[in-house]
Amino acid sequence: MRNLFFLLQKEFRQIFRNPTILRMILIMPIMQLILIPLAADYEIKQISISVVDQDRSPYSQKLVQKLTASGYFQLVEYTQSYSQAMQTVGDGKTDLILTIPPHFERDLIKLNKAQLHLAADAVNGVRAGLGTSYAAQMIGDFNREVREEWMLLPKFNEMPQIEITSASWYNQHFDYHLFMVPGILAILVTMVGSFLAALNIVAEKEVGTIEQINVTPLKKYEFILGKLIPFWVLGMVSITLGMVVAFVIFGILPVGSFLTIYAFSAVYLLGVLGIGLLISTFVDTQQQATLFAFFFMMIFILLGGLYTPIESMPEWAQWIANVNPPSYFIRVIRAVFIKGSTFTDLIPDFLAMVGFAVLFNSLAVMNYRKRSA
Amino acid sequence: MKIFISFIRKEFWHVLRDRRSLLILLGLPVIMMVLFGFALSSEVKNSNVAILDNAQDDASRLLTDRLDQSQYFSVYQHIHSEKEIEQVFRQGKVRLVVIFPQNFQERLAHTNQAQIRFVGDASDPNTSNIIINYASSIIRDYQNELMNNRKLPYTIEVETRMLYNPQLKSSYNFVPGVMTLILMLLGAMMTSVSIVKEKETGTMEILLVSPMKPLLVVLSKAVPYLVLCFMDVIIILLLAVFLLDMPIRGSLPLLLAESLLFILTTLSLGLLVSSVVDSQQTAMFLSLVGFLMPALVFSGFMFPIENMPLPLRVISNIVPTKWYYSIVRAIMVKGLGFSYVYKQTLILLGMTVFFLAVAIKKFKIRLA
Repeated sequence: MRNLFFLLQKEFRQIFRNPTILRMILIMPIMQLILIPLAADYEIKQISISVVDQDRSPYSQKLVQKLTASGYFQLVEYTQSYSQAMQTVGDGKTDLILTIPPHFERDLIKLNKAQLHLAADAVNGVRAGLGTSYAAQMIGDFNREVREEWMLLPKFNEMPQIEITSASWYNQHFDYHLFMVPGILAILVTMVGSFLAALNIVAEKEVGTIEQINVTPLKKYEFILGKLIPFWVLGMVSITLGMVVAFVIFGILPVGSFLTIYAFSAVYLLGVLGIGLLISTFVDTQQQATLFAFFFMMIFILLGGLYTPIESMPEWAQWIANVNPPSYFIRVIRAVFIKGSTFTDLIPDFLAMVGFAVLFNSLAVMNYRKRSA
Repeated sequence: MKIFISFIRKEFWHVLRDRRSLLILLGLPVIMMVLFGFALSSEVKNSNVAILDNAQDDASRLLTDRLDQSQYFSVYQHIHSEKEIEQVFRQGKVRLVVIFPQNFQERLAHTNQAQIRFVGDASDPNTSNIIINYASSIIRDYQNELMNNRKLPYTIEVETRMLYNPQLKSSYNFVPGVMTLILMLLGAMMTSVSIVKEKETGTMEILLVSPMKPLLVVLSKAVPYLVLCFMDVIIILLLAVFLLDMPIRGSLPLLLAESLLFILTTLSLGLLVSSVVDSQQTAMFLSLVGFLMPALVFSGFMFPIENMPLPLRVISNIVPTKWYYSIVRAIMVKGLGFSYVYKQTLILLGMTVFFLAVAIKKFKIRLA
């Protein structure tokens, strides 16, 4: 136990002497938490539209006016030639082209039927889908107005109607920051834990100082604990910092209790540190360690449900997501932050995390060799 | 020249000897393409729904069945009071609760008017929006069946066409993104770390006293990574075409040439970092925060650039990935020619020259 104490003293001294590590735990959370939530705004605003108006009638102009007045669309080009509108799509200035064919007004009134053409730049599928559905809605509204102008609809409702009302809980304003910030916090802890721990041990291997530790009477578990505890403390510091940033910049405070967050973070950090230690036992250079950590983090984070819901993944991916520590932590921290879930709500997740922590750390201890090959 | 070649050969051995890293460097693009191509989609499927059925009549049961049978939903549980809603949301098992009022069918049959309430867990705003839309459209389909589709006069028909990407595949967005990310990782991060490593372990000293020009020593370190980067580009393109069915609409030589230019940009960034930094950890940290994170954020494949607040959009202009991303998208997806991308090409070229010039100026022959 005394040995461990000395080892810890050494580790802390080393960490505080190394400006890079300090910068990493200070700057990373701030950069990530400010940049990514600001960037991750998936709300589709302001779709730019070009109108090819070959009718130039009062109706066609009324329709264009309705579209631009809605606030969803920004008129980029109002022209009579389709190729000119296509040019703006090629330049990336237009998302949507509305073509009003000649005799639109006449056909609508005389033939009872008229056509419009929408063409969307579908490179970004989501944007194209939403843009066309907004436009179709507007056109539907316009259609109803025209119809009301020409015929009198019976006011009394003779068709069955199901009225749908919907409520959105926890995030009425559909604020994306509220969703992303806790998720980023989870990623932050994951990266700090795995990267730093792996790099630290491998650096000792590379410089050769690990030999000096190996010849001391230190036990394997003492060595691992000596590496684990300092980075565990750093990880807790960095999640605290992250929560401060979340509050100061975005005004986001967890609805649930801090105690729940810290309890989960503490156990989860042990797990990711275990992953970091495990990586460090089978690589030899810092370059390899970075690459391995990056590789696994990439897969873990992408399959962790940060951006896309896990239940829409195919079965094999869901299977991976279920043995993927970050998916648990991302879900938990979001639940506590946004919905105020309590510890009892999340007991299955807690047990899973304890399992991960035990598994990865024992693998790391088993795999650590005092003798170099 | 002969010495230069033997230096390059040495560097190749360095890279080739580390089999595990090599495997990752070549495997990473494959895995990312598979994940993005097959595992990650913003489509919503199989969302769990809870039903609070106060009616318990044929209509409510029919609608419950319809929801369950659609590919978007599966009915996870039935709850019996509004109080339980809070609990199922907090446990995170369910994304939507559908509430049928008492006498649902009776009201629908006699007064032609009935209500259904949706309560969505909006902690994930977009998904919740999409789910409520899907559920509403299932209900509306049912309603349309109830009324006989009567033809209305004065009808405007809308014909919609999706340009470039008729099936709305997401691969058109992420393939260029994966390319930029991998090239940044390899070109900037791996190169700078491998040069700084020689400084850290002291072998740089040995290389610098050799008869080679110091600058060539450093350049020879970049060559194997250039080759690796190019191989990754080709792997990604092959996977895109043959695995994801994403045709390359524009000219392939132009695409490869532009990729080469971007690889040079990332390598010059790597050289720049290695000439100002002395420890591997600092090099890594700088590349991670300075290159990889901006590459992820501004390559447009995870986050839509057009939605960003103005300061971020301004910053995005000095990030090389943004320009490469728009070049790849223009050539590969839209099939446009050089006249559409010459502006972006010039910007990338300018950046490369600038980074390289600074790197050379900062390059020190003597180690401190």
